Amino acid sequence: MLTTASMRDAVAMALIDSILDDFFWRALIGGLGVALVAGPLGCFVVWRRMAYFGDTLAHSALLGIALGFLFQLPLNLAIAGTCVSLAVVLVMLARSRTLATDTLLGILAHSALAIGLVTLSFMPEVRIDLSGYLFGDLLAISRDDLAWIYGGAAVILVLLQRLWRGLLMATIHEELARVEGFPVERLRLVLMLMFSLVIAVAMKIVGVLLITALLIIPAATARRLATTPERMVLLAMGIGMVAISGGLGLSWFADSPAGPSVVVAAFTMFLLTYSLVRQPRS
Amino acid sequence: MPERLVTLNNVSVRFDGPPVIDGINLTVNRGDIVTIIGPNGAGKTTLIKSVLGLQRVSSGNIWLKPGVRIGYVPQHLVLQPTLPLSVRRFMMLTGEAGDRCQQALTRTGVGHLVDASIHHLSGGEKQRVLIARALARNPELLVLDEPAQGVDINGQAALYELIRSLRDELHCGVIMISHDLHLVMAATDQVICLNQHVCCSGRPEDISADPAFIETFGQQVAESLAVYHHHHNHQHNLHGDVVAGDADHRQHEGCSGHGAH
Repeated sequence: MLTTASMRDAVAMALIDSILDDFFWRALIGGLGVALVAGPLGCFVVWRRMAYFGDTLAHSALLGIALGFLFQLPLNLAIAGTCVSLAVVLVMLARSRTLATDTLLGILAHSALAIGLVTLSFMPEVRIDLSGYLFGDLLAISRDDLAWIYGGAAVILVLLQRLWRGLLMATIHEELARVEGFPVERLRLVLMLMFSLVIAVAMKIVGVLLITALLIIPAATARRLATTPERMVLLAMGIGMVAISGGLGLSWFADSPAGPSVVVAAFTMFLLTYSLVRQPRS
Repeated sequence: MPERLVTLNNVSVRFDGPPVIDGINLTVNRGDIVTIIGPNGAGKTTLIKSVLGLQRVSSGNIWLKPGVRIGYVPQHLVLQPTLPLSVRRFMMLTGEAGDRCQQALTRTGVGHLVDASIHHLSGGEKQRVLIARALARNPELLVLDEPAQGVDINGQAALYELIRSLRDELHCGVIMISHDLHLVMAATDQVICLNQHVCCSGRPEDISADPAFIETFGQQVAESLAVYHHHHNHQHNLHGDVVAGDADHRQHEGCSGHGAH
């Protein structure tokens, strides 16, 4: 015999099930999860002037997809793995200082993208929707992806919370942080790994070409409204969530591509904030 | 027996070409103020970065008292304007308690700025906040890289005076780099004249007569320093603490005192 409580549970489960069956809701839930981590990481991109770096990692995601197909790996894993490898290569090359960092990033970003595209073209049996990867695809979000997004988000948020003081201090003044005993190099590596993870999971929502926008536009918008780093992070999360909801809504009703719609929504908020809100004192 | 905080033993740092610093020997005890002076490119910053562990040494070794707490005041704080940061939040990042941070700010004379944005501080205020930050961590060794840079001339003297009085209160060791030869001499126990190697070192009043010092900085600078020290001793004997706050008066008395000799 069913008790009322278990009946209520069963109804709830059925409701959740039907929501997750709907691709729009899956995209929205996934997008909100991405915004949760894009907020804080986007703040670090803005603070550390890493926008171009984020772009480079994002471009390499396509190479990750190609490699994933080539070696028949799970795509999310292949993307994250490729991003991590590229991040490590970048850090090592940047240290040798033979080329300016922006030159190096430009070379790696576009080479990774090009190699990815060429590799995919050699695999005619693989039929993928390229524009879906480049600009995001609402239909592509599966229940597995949701698990990836929320699993990844949980890992990133826990790491951020644990390492917050060191990450912030290393961002403000690296040498001061080092003298005060923070493991600056290791923190930078952790930050890179978090970027790689967020790029791997955000790709389905906004696409390779627009991930950096999802990272930096909410953070830059939040800067206008925030007086402490922590408030900026929370605001960036909120603004990112509104942008995701607005963009996916636009995509649903106007049949526009998901990624660009999200970026348009974020940019609209950015413009509104900068035209309506006066610079705060801090 | 003085408590040793750091000893450099024949330390050299080289990047690609000739050594930036070469064969440096140096010991700093608790209670010492050691000032490093030297021309541009003499390796002053490299030297203190080696002490701080920010720069790997090519040869020689650096001994630090195990577990020594170091307070570091970097040369100038360049902050990203994209990072909103109040003085309070910056202080709290030391991990120290709020009232301890407030005390440190008050001690360095910037207690009223606790809610200000760090981006809106003047050069002198920034330096004092940085010193307060070092202070909050209760340092045994204070390392300052040109603490008076970007500070106006009155502020500079006050800043060195602050550093000296902090040394007295905390009984910590101090290593600092300075360009302000005149000002820093009064607030230092030992001067290291650096030009890749240690040209000469000693008490400030002795060093200005040292031939190596004169060679590095020129006759004029050395003479002006010698004169300055004369002033300093003189006025101190005459007035003691009574006129300590009256800079103009002191200077005037010092000059006339010197003239009488």
